[in-house]
Amino acid sequence: MSTVEPVVRRPMRGKELVLLVLALALGIGAFANVALRTLGELPEDFYVYSAVWAGLALVAHVVLRIRAPFADQVLLPVAVALNGIGLAAIYRYDVARHLQDRSSDLARGQLTMSALAIVLACVLVFVLRDHRALRRTTYTAMILGLLLILLPLVPHIGTSINGAQIWIRVAGFSFQPAEVAKIVLAVFFAGYLVTNRDTLALAGRKVLGLQLPRLRDLGPILLVWAASLGVLVFENDLGTSILFFGLFVAMLYVATERFSWVVLGVGLLAAAAVFAATTVPHVQQRVEAWLHPFDDAVYNQTPGGSGQLVQGLFAMANGGLFGTGWGNDYPLLTPYSYSDFIYTMLGEQLGLTGLLGILALYILFVERGLRTALGVRDGFGKLLACGLAFTVALQLFVVVGGITRIIPLTGLTLPFVAQGGSSVLANWLIVALLLRVSDNARRPSALPVRGTVGKGGIVASVGAPQVLEAVDSAGEPDVAPAAAPIRVGAGEPRPARAVGSAGADDAGTQLTEVVRPGGGPLPSGGPPVPPPPAPPERPDRHPVDEPGEPQQRDQPDQPERADDDEEGRA
Amino acid sequence: MSELTFTLLRLGYLVLLWVFVLSAIGVLRRDLYGTRSADRRKAKKSAKARAAATPAPAQVAQPVGAAAAGAAAPAAATPAPSVPRGPSRLVVTAGQLRGTSLPLSSQTIMLGRSPGCTLVLDDAFSSSRHARIFPHEGRWYLEDLGSTNGTYINDERISGTVEISQGTPVRIGRTVVELQG
Repeated sequence: MSTVEPVVRRPMRGKELVLLVLALALGIGAFANVALRTLGELPEDFYVYSAVWAGLALVAHVVLRIRAPFADQVLLPVAVALNGIGLAAIYRYDVARHLQDRSSDLARGQLTMSALAIVLACVLVFVLRDHRALRRTTYTAMILGLLLILLPLVPHIGTSINGAQIWIRVAGFSFQPAEVAKIVLAVFFAGYLVTNRDTLALAGRKVLGLQLPRLRDLGPILLVWAASLGVLVFENDLGTSILFFGLFVAMLYVATERFSWVVLGVGLLAAAAVFAATTVPHVQQRVEAWLHPFDDAVYNQTPGGSGQLVQGLFAMANGGLFGTGWGNDYPLLTPYSYSDFIYTMLGEQLGLTGLLGILALYILFVERGLRTALGVRDGFGKLLACGLAFTVALQLFVVVGGITRIIPLTGLTLPFVAQGGSSVLANWLIVALLLRVSDNARRPSALPVRGTVGKGGIVASVGAPQVLEAVDSAGEPDVAPAAAPIRVGAGEPRPARAVGSAGADDAGTQLTEVVRPGGGPLPSGGPPVPPPPAPPERPDRHPVDEPGEPQQRDQPDQPERADDDEEGRA
Repeated sequence: MSELTFTLLRLGYLVLLWVFVLSAIGVLRRDLYGTRSADRRKAKKSAKARAAATPAPAQVAQPVGAAAAGAAAPAAATPAPSVPRGPSRLVVTAGQLRGTSLPLSSQTIMLGRSPGCTLVLDDAFSSSRHARIFPHEGRWYLEDLGSTNGTYINDERISGTVEISQGTPVRIGRTVVELQG
């Protein structure tokens, strides 16, 4: 894995704000467009909903300014734009139902879920100061992920809707646990692979130029393969099983750089697909509808015919190159045109030009995720960002490919756009995680990266990894250039230098002050060097010790190597 | 509203969508210009080419390394206060990171594969926290941190802490580092 480093590092949140305004204009403009076309006027609560939507986006923007100022500028606007377009499309479906005097109130529910999702994403960005904290939950995540996958099979909780047993229903709320499971599993895969990638990459024999892994290293991949096949067989959900398995294979490939994993993974997937296509009736129907959609017998077959697929194709054909315009389409002709087939509804209203624009937005989103993976310095973050971005890309491919008859149709939802609370929730959590990782990736670091030294030279030292972590991950990207650096070690005072980034974090400094054995204040005139133009609350002090072991440092006679036992061994 | 208005709205919306896409791409232009990419494979290839071109790499390692350091790591040029007199930088003279140099300060330099190390070695034969080099009373010392494959000076595996002087090659796995003035 190579690393790409921006040379200029500025937060540039202003550009995000500009993009955000455009993104809000896309969503609210579509809303107004639909209302004007279908009702002839703006609905009375138009301004309320628009203000709520804009407020949510701005809250997210402000949270980023406070908590993740170096985070990527494009992720949030793209997500807001896609979600807004999706809301408008769902509203269009509601209006069409109302004009036929049938009730439908999906858009309001979707707005509520989107609001909840954005708030949760903000909370996640706010609370999670460093994505590496997630690495500690690797195996918890595995268990949680498997439980979430299996939850729909539990009697009384799990429910089957349209043949797929992927829902749970608790206290009147239905939820699709697989949507959250994909995030949890991405965390597990990242944590597992970053630890085991050497074994997976290096051990094993070479056959025909492919480095084959050892059988015992194959264990986890076979487990996941079996789990995804189980999803397919017992829950009748082709899309989710492809998603899980594809996620794991992609992350394996990224972690090990061994093409053999891709070959193996695609081979196993092909085997599973052939098995399913010949034995699982649910999948057989899908394949048949994919191959011969215009066949009369297939078209009229209920359930499992190709009617929906064909209507979707007609809708997109009706859209043509530039679309029919918002509100000028026939959303009721295609079943589920508000969720699974929302892509065709957008295709009808916006045409090919609009669809390509929307696909470009997704590409931008995925590109930002992968770019974040390239930029971040720790392996766990790389794998996590890569896995999350790949999930979105794979889901998009499976959905759009299914609707446009490239692959058999599966039941996944278009990220951010399709109606569905769990989907929106999960995708906004992905946004939050990617923003958190990208903040870490783009923040200037005082630490050298691959041998080059960051601004201000080497700051942290005497090996205590906690200190290095603290510098690297200190939550406040302290851009004040003259902050006192964390200096550990019994070295004599040296001239204070400007440090590029997170200097002494406040907590560390205060702790040191408290635990000093003398009890008195720090010697103020300690270093015989002129203090830099530091903020008044941070005068230059004696070398700031690590909070854990300050006593030894205060005794100059102490042999320097006395504290070496504290260090971990390689 | 007239049909003309709706047509304008329809096309205007598509324009707005693409303006958004293109301005997002505009923000990302910074990724193309103003980044520095460290590709390991290329580094490997160029190192091989260099080794092939020069018959005795060990002897010329220093100037080549210095030149590469100047080209590849302009950020490393930051002058560091040389508290201990003598060597002012740590230079990698062999291995994947050949040419990399670190300015020495009064601080300990951790060597190893762990991302937390000061010099992160891209070397399968080094341990995650392999060794450290630290100053004490004006001299520099090398300590092996219980690494699996050991740390060598002149093909002799060191144990504990030894003093190193300017120009002493220290081998860790396939990587050789030395202090330079």
